[in-house]
Amino acid sequence: MLNGPDQQAWSPSSRELERRNARRQISRKQFTIAGISSVLVLGALYTLIITSPGWRVVKATFFDLDYGREVLPTVLRGLVVNIQLSFIGGFFIAVIALSLALIRTTKSPALTPFRFLATAYVDIFRGAPLLLIILLVGFGVPALRLAGLTSNVIVLGTVAVVLTYSAYVAEVIRSGIMSIHPSQRAAARSLGLTSGQTMRFVVLPQAIKRVIPPLLNDFVSLLKDTGLVSILGVTDAVRAAQINASRTFNYTPYVVSAILFLLITIPLTRYIDRVIRRSSAKQNSEGAI
Amino acid sequence: MSNVLELVNVRKSFDSELVLNDLSLTVKEHTATVLIGASGSGKSTLLRCINLLETIDDGQIFLDGQEISDPLISVDEVRRKLGMVFQSFNLFPHKTVLENITLSPIKVHGIAPDQAREQAMVLLKRFDLADKADQYPDRLSGGQQQRVAIIRSLAVNPRVLLLDEITSALDPVLVNEVLSIVRDLKHDGMTMVLATHEMGFATQVADEVCFLESGLILERGSADQVLKSPQHAKTKDFLKRVHEAGRL
Repeated sequence: MLNGPDQQAWSPSSRELERRNARRQISRKQFTIAGISSVLVLGALYTLIITSPGWRVVKATFFDLDYGREVLPTVLRGLVVNIQLSFIGGFFIAVIALSLALIRTTKSPALTPFRFLATAYVDIFRGAPLLLIILLVGFGVPALRLAGLTSNVIVLGTVAVVLTYSAYVAEVIRSGIMSIHPSQRAAARSLGLTSGQTMRFVVLPQAIKRVIPPLLNDFVSLLKDTGLVSILGVTDAVRAAQINASRTFNYTPYVVSAILFLLITIPLTRYIDRVIRRSSAKQNSEGAI
Repeated sequence: MSNVLELVNVRKSFDSELVLNDLSLTVKEHTATVLIGASGSGKSTLLRCINLLETIDDGQIFLDGQEISDPLISVDEVRRKLGMVFQSFNLFPHKTVLENITLSPIKVHGIAPDQAREQAMVLLKRFDLADKADQYPDRLSGGQQQRVAIIRSLAVNPRVLLLDEITSALDPVLVNEVLSIVRDLKHDGMTMVLATHEMGFATQVADEVCFLESGLILERGSADQVLKSPQHAKTKDFLKRVHEAGRL
């Protein structure tokens, strides 16, 4: 009946045409109101900023286009350091965090001391400020003057960031593992899988999939927080900007650096939002499994 | 016929609630034992104890004459010989139907992946699910998911199949497609212990029906004996209530 000739020959009734016309008028009116309101508010804001007595100084100090263009290559080279640090650090964070999460969720009696140590580790590095850890590792370790220990600030800075972020990420992964319903474990165990096999083939794949959005969020934070290693003298984007700014007392390099970070983090967070939306839509369709 | 499964004075309580009260049960090879009783009468707990998902408080459980309630025994070894199907299917949502079925044969029983897939396809074809092999569980209807779950537990050739209210989470129109598989398995001579609320189905497959009440088997016998002419007042009362609910 749906495909019958009646359906094909259907044309909207005059009442429906009236309704559509009314809806069009309403939306046109709303569009006009939104446009006028936006122009008024943004225009007022723009005028206020431009005509304010301090704007000329602000523009010269923070938004010096020529100077910005001049320092861009230096800051960009610094940003490459941040990106490298994020990826190399990210790899070690993933490995250590996964180990910590697995140790903390296992019930194996042989691992009891490791479980205790892992808990202590997470408590300490999740609770202490990252900047403090960077200072401790970056300046403290070279002060030991122990043979075999590096005094390379990039390496030490990365180690400090990895130490802290491993604790954060371990907790995210652990929460994912705990979120898998016990019935999944029961099904796997009753098929004869050992607890290790159950973790590897059944629990972990589902857990990781579930925590991908928060993990991506942590990656964005990681990228930003690599800027903190500049305090050790690593020439990253922040440090490169600082060097230039302190030389000229013009703060445009900081703004350039900030814009470069935003160019990466904003698209990345938009992407994460999409991933979260998609995964929550999928979870809902999965129902009560 | 030899005894495949033997439960002797099994006792299990959760906190202060006694769920299994010195319960004894013998399951012979190639027979189907049907457990009936109200919710909370201990049917599911009994099955979970057999599968060692729960540790019993007292008594003994024997599988092929070996005591599996011995704490020194390998639970993984025992579970390899038992198949369990759950009320809520418990398929692995991140694996396709074929991967769900072949996981245990490949990883636990060491069967070559190609061979495991071949055997799984034979089972899927037999139960009209061959076209679903590469689908993920959430694409399947409840009845299809439960049939896959049964096939998954069959794929390891269990000595005993434990079925825990496998149709309770299903739409009434989907119940029969699942029960027909169990009828086929009964015909094949599979040893089974089932907890169910489907009395008509119990009549068809049961060699023995056990009525559980407060952790005890109050009445046992053939389906005709227990379901048609129950002796115990509580059995009569339970069957009357089931009848009123339109399930007999």
